[in-house]
Amino acid sequence: MTELVATTPGLFPLPDWAKSDLSDLKGHQKGDLISGDESEAIVSTYENARSEVVDDQLDAGLDRAVEGQLRWDDMIAHPLAVHDNVETGGIVRYYDNNNFYRDPRVVDDLTPSGDVAAELKQASELLDGAAPMQAVLPGPYSLADLATDEHYGDAETFLSAIAEFLGGEVEAFPEHETLFLLEPSLVESAPDDDLAEAVPEAIDAVAGATDADVVVHTYFGALDEKTYAHLLDADVSAVGLDVVAGDREQTVYNASEYGVTDDVALGLSDGQNTLVESPETLRERVEWFEEQLPATDFETVYLSTNTEPFYLPVNKHQEKLAALAAAADLDAEVAAE
Amino acid sequence: MTRHADNREQFRPDDHDADHFLLTTVVGSYPKPKWLNRVRELSEDPESKFDAEDLDEAHDDAARLITEEHERAGLDTVVDGEMRREEMVEYFAHRIPGYEFNGPVKVWGHNYFDKPSVVSAVEYDEPWLVDEFEFTSNVATKPVKVPITGPYTLARWSFNEAYEDEEALAYDLADLVNEEIEQLVDAGARYIQIDEPALATTPDDHAIVGESLERIVDGISEDVRIGLHVCYGDYSRIYPEINDFPIDEFDVELCNDGYEQIDVFQEPAFEPGLALGVVDVHDAEVESVEEIKRNIKQGLKVVPPERLTISPDCGVKLLPREVAYQKIENMVQAAREVEAELDAGEIDVTAPQA
Repeated sequence: MTELVATTPGLFPLPDWAKSDLSDLKGHQKGDLISGDESEAIVSTYENARSEVVDDQLDAGLDRAVEGQLRWDDMIAHPLAVHDNVETGGIVRYYDNNNFYRDPRVVDDLTPSGDVAAELKQASELLDGAAPMQAVLPGPYSLADLATDEHYGDAETFLSAIAEFLGGEVEAFPEHETLFLLEPSLVESAPDDDLAEAVPEAIDAVAGATDADVVVHTYFGALDEKTYAHLLDADVSAVGLDVVAGDREQTVYNASEYGVTDDVALGLSDGQNTLVESPETLRERVEWFEEQLPATDFETVYLSTNTEPFYLPVNKHQEKLAALAAAADLDAEVAAE
Repeated sequence: MTRHADNREQFRPDDHDADHFLLTTVVGSYPKPKWLNRVRELSEDPESKFDAEDLDEAHDDAARLITEEHERAGLDTVVDGEMRREEMVEYFAHRIPGYEFNGPVKVWGHNYFDKPSVVSAVEYDEPWLVDEFEFTSNVATKPVKVPITGPYTLARWSFNEAYEDEEALAYDLADLVNEEIEQLVDAGARYIQIDEPALATTPDDHAIVGESLERIVDGISEDVRIGLHVCYGDYSRIYPEINDFPIDEFDVELCNDGYEQIDVFQEPAFEPGLALGVVDVHDAEVESVEEIKRNIKQGLKVVPPERLTISPDCGVKLLPREVAYQKIENMVQAAREVEAELDAGEIDVTAPQA
């Protein structure tokens, strides 16, 4: 019997009051973005916002709760952007979106920082066991892809250093049930042949730092065949696949040709469109995917938005959380009708 | 294909001294006076007695002020600095049935945008810009240009809940823009600029923009000058395709990278008029008249003087107001000096023949 787990990739929109308060407290310019040593007023605003988004997830009935990554001004480049040995350069486009982040230029050793662990400790206290916690980090390939290396020298050494850094961050995490590693760059700028083989090793270096279930979540479309095949060499519980954006047939082809992990995460709900899918529609998408792979019996299917939900206005984001939770709880027969 | 319409002479001022005429204009936006931002906040404060009607009056005052500021700078065609518009997609989405607003979304850092959702077929209801145009025309002694956010950008920068894809949405929006331009032309408008910044980020969609423009100009008299503005991007990815667009003028941002891309437009020959950005809107340093004259001459590598329009790179709203003014004043002065040099035969025009 497959267990359906409703969750998200993290990186939530800030509550509107927090958008406004933090604009006033921090400002609008590049130099005003998160630094890792925020003032007391800023810290306490984030605490209130974090508490709100944790409650939202419990109210929605999600099976995993994330911290929300509300401080991640630079989206998934955040863990580097606040690092002491990283300088932030110009504002660059975040994938193919009308969103921008500071180019993190790595200029010295990537020592452990504990920045994300500190956020998760707060979230863990807020949750107090009410739902299992899910940690979120960029995957090593995407983080290396978004950054500029001015210290390590070559792409493979840099990827390995990023992986070791992320592994060190994970070691400091409080107890968590699941770890999502976000790897949109595997879709958007797939590794060349030389680097492709190093990707699963890098992922293992992060995943090996936790006993939790690790999901390598990909989005913004389908992986190319070779990248997918290499990704399956990683020792993780699940890969996450986008079944909303891009070429779904390619995704299904990859899965039927090369197999899938024992568990799978499906990006079912569109994180970049305000149209709220009904729980029945989301469930139909799960069934559609399973039907394409008749010989596969997943132990766990994670039901998620495809992308991070920060692209959405808060009201639609909340409705999508509720729909995901309801989809996981729908009676299978009802959903099949 | 390019309209090849001879609709430029109508903007030559009666008292223009030179034989040559380089049409001077602006892209649209201008820094808002600080008091306008303050009174807008006041109008949104339920505690305040300052209401929507007071805000309308403030908008009129600001539009009058900036239109006159443009005339004082010596421009041949003017706009009101878009004093009534806060954001280029939101302004139009608020006026188009089929759109709804759900709240702000992040662009970067703590910069947000009320990204609207298209939830049903878009429709034309009340005119969007006719009141604005009539007000500005009444204030201005010079012809008024009307910037309109293009349908491709309106489609790309919205959530699409209702249409099969963004292309279908863009075409429906293009039909609405066409209807709006008809209304504007009836009200006397003769110079329209379609703004498509989204094309700079997704240049592979140039065919959608081209088809949208076909719909936009359908039935519009050739006496009406139609420009297309696309902000900084890799122009080689949309050129020479833009030669087939039904426009009179293509407005580009080339000053900010020192005309590195000017040769993109030299081969094959450039067909529409060129509206060339000659002052940088991302740099608060005011260019000297001499420097701007050199920039203008870059344009003569692409088109002859009778097809060259002189403009800032983009809207100037992010500059300090006095810097914006000085850049435009220097720009007009430079254009007039280049015209005199052209009259005197002191400048070689190297543009290939179209």
